[in-house]
Amino acid sequence: MGDYSTEVISKIDRDYIAGFLDTGKRIDGRAPNECRNTEIEFDVVDAKAEGSALVRLGNTAVIAGVKVLLGEPYPDSPDQGVMMVTAELQPLASPLFELGPPKEPAIELARVVDRGVRESEMIDTAKLCIKPGKKVYMVFADVYPLDYDGNLIDASSLAVAAALHTTKYDEYKWEDGNAVLTGKKLDLPLQNSVVEVTVSRIGRHLVIDPSLKEEMVQDCRLTMAVDKNDKLRAMQKGGGSGPLTLDEIERSMTMAIGRAQDLHKLIKETIKARKKK
Amino acid sequence: MAVYFRKREVVVPGELLAEGRYRSSMGTYDEKGKIYSALVGIAELRGNTVKVVPLEGVYIPSEGDLVIGTITRVAGNNWKVDITGPYGASLHANNALRRPYDDDISRYFNIGDVIAAEITAFDRNSGPFLTLKGRGLGLLAEGMILDLSPAKIPRVIGRSGSMINMIKDKLRIEAVVAQNGRIWIRAPDTSTLNLAIKAFKMIEMQAHTSKLTERIGAMLDQELADMKETAPKLTEIESEEEARAPVNAEPPEEEPEPLVEEESAEEAMTALAEEPAESEASDEELAPAEEAEVAKDNDNTTEEVIEE
Amino acid sequence: MSPETKPSFLINPEGLRIDGRRTDEIRPIELKVGVIKQADGSASIRQGKTYILAAVYGPRELHPRHLTINDRAYLRCVYSMATFSVPDRKRPAPSRREREISMVIANALKPALFLEDYPRAVVDVFIQVLQADGGTRCAAINAASLALADAGIPMKSLVPAVAVGNAEGKLLVDLGDEEDKYGGGDVPMAMLGTTGEITLLQQDGSFSKEELVEAMGMGVTAMKYLLELQKEALKRAYTKKVAIDGEDVDEYEDDLETDLGEAEIAGEEDE
Repeated sequence: MGDYSTEVISKIDRDYIAGFLDTGKRIDGRAPNECRNTEIEFDVVDAKAEGSALVRLGNTAVIAGVKVLLGEPYPDSPDQGVMMVTAELQPLASPLFELGPPKEPAIELARVVDRGVRESEMIDTAKLCIKPGKKVYMVFADVYPLDYDGNLIDASSLAVAAALHTTKYDEYKWEDGNAVLTGKKLDLPLQNSVVEVTVSRIGRHLVIDPSLKEEMVQDCRLTMAVDKNDKLRAMQKGGGSGPLTLDEIERSMTMAIGRAQDLHKLIKETIKARKKK
Repeated sequence: MAVYFRKREVVVPGELLAEGRYRSSMGTYDEKGKIYSALVGIAELRGNTVKVVPLEGVYIPSEGDLVIGTITRVAGNNWKVDITGPYGASLHANNALRRPYDDDISRYFNIGDVIAAEITAFDRNSGPFLTLKGRGLGLLAEGMILDLSPAKIPRVIGRSGSMINMIKDKLRIEAVVAQNGRIWIRAPDTSTLNLAIKAFKMIEMQAHTSKLTERIGAMLDQELADMKETAPKLTEIESEEEARAPVNAEPPEEEPEPLVEEESAEEAMTALAEEPAESEASDEELAPAEEAEVAKDNDNTTEEVIEE
Repeated sequence: MSPETKPSFLINPEGLRIDGRRTDEIRPIELKVGVIKQADGSASIRQGKTYILAAVYGPRELHPRHLTINDRAYLRCVYSMATFSVPDRKRPAPSRREREISMVIANALKPALFLEDYPRAVVDVFIQVLQADGGTRCAAINAASLALADAGIPMKSLVPAVAVGNAEGKLLVDLGDEEDKYGGGDVPMAMLGTTGEITLLQQDGSFSKEELVEAMGMGVTAMKYLLELQKEALKRAYTKKVAIDGEDVDEYEDDLETDLGEAEIAGEEDE
């Protein structure tokens, strides 16, 4: 059973994938520790969103859009801005997604990506305060998968990170009891960067960046949020009820940290290339 | 009388193709003596019939078709079978098992099992309905399933099976080509399997072109020659031994096992095992109409075998 | 959050619009086919700053079963706007506006489809607005037509669509966001490309009968042009798929017909 559906996968497909793994390869030719081709595209929607990024991970495509709005702070943190990640699994992206309000897989996707951003304190929310107790900036990062071929969590978190890095929003100041535009544009106050990396267990094999078919036969997966200092900030075991040994968990972490380093580098490089244009 | 398209021209829905005394065939419609395309595809003129050959399309069941399906649900005495396309199929236990059979039919075929079946009935109101009673029908195990566009299957089969037979002969693989776009392949090793997949995908992409059989044959010859040069001998021997290992069909939990299931599985294996030796067309490669007739003729023979 | 202020004029003294267009000019259009691999058919459209994706799944099995129709496929359209598609972030849940537009789009496309070919099935059309800058329901129909054709759904015709309107005494074609917001009226239209019959028509604002008739005429002219762009986008995408190296095109008819001949004759017996 896969993450997002009750789709039946045939025994032949199951055995075929397992048989391949026994020879050290995956059905798409990758090695167990190999990720699919990863691309970040900016400025796909730059007229209404404050920031956005489209990520392609193999044939999986996800767009994240950032809106920065004015609002009131939460009562228990009057001098902090607000940050939230949401996700919608629109049926446009896959025959496996159904119409209707978000179900658990969509909710888990949003909360896991959110947790990574929040726990790593990627955004310095203290710097998002305009007037304590009255007005703060609210940062929404909204995730829309556009083409689902496995591993939405990793693609979504990369899109959110890239979008946050390139978000520009209007500055406001507090004047005579009102928030007033200064005319300046600000970058988000970022003090860290985080990406999620998912490792799937299929039988006794660990494979990184599972494709759709692999997700459908996996026993479970472990998703890890790794920041730019190689620190683990959040983890989520999900995608099935199969258990993990401590050794498998440690091996997964090693795979994830390696991949996260590559992703942090990729974000830096694509942002640099974009500035040059 | 006028025709408005050229050879090999892609036409789109609503495009005027012909007017005058022409007949509208698949992929076209006529309105007030004019024939328009209803699809994106390549327009063809055969005699005075205008048709548009689509490049894609879902599988629409047809009685007599051989299909490969995955069992998705067990409901009473029926299995629900996914045969791709907009119409889910049903297989009744009476068309798969010999009586008496157990109340819990999931013991014989369960969710996830893959079967080669024939469509016995389908109309606008109900169905399609399947049967496993027939030569070459039954549980499929091992190997892999390739999904292609159903529109390309006639080309995969070829005239009188010329294309599929050539591929099976050259590669020494077992294959079942089903009308719903699925191909079951069992190959002695991974490189051969990959080569078979490459050939089928190439046919899918070039189905509308000419001299395809020649080009596929040439490609296979070239690749096989390359493989011979580079592949170490040991690997091939190991793979052959794996291929000869017993079929990994899941046995029911308790006795008695239904004779029909065993026979079907064995028939599938026997029929398939015979392929590489024969280059004459066998049941799997016949065009659908001919195949239905063979299956019907064999029905009586099949039942006799079971009762022995 | 970016505040939107009313522009000081919508038509400048030379008769040009705020983005420099003439009154009868449509925005730059970019159409792409086959952009979502998982879908049976798909297309994207950029019309000015409006950016929309359309995906078609079907014909496929319909759930819930009580929606099935015995003698034809059920057409289901869902128009959805991304939260970040508009300056004031849109709440994720489907709004009443989105639901009405979904229905209006379905009615615009239905007359063009041969739904009787697939009884009891569903044809799903999903539209995702990623950036909204005016004319989204029309741009959505332009893309959805291509997605339906890409999915192989039999169609009588492609369906082009455009919104016309008026502002400061002038009739305008293909309204942008500010023109829709601050102008005098908005008339979204769609038509069957082959016959010119109108399948979508709405109107707001204020028009005299003569103005409205003239505006609709301008709309039809624009839609005829859009139809050519739609055809060209499909042909471009499919001609790529069709071109093969090393093939002798002159031998096409003989070989192809004999190779497919017998297998096809079996199929044609069912007709």
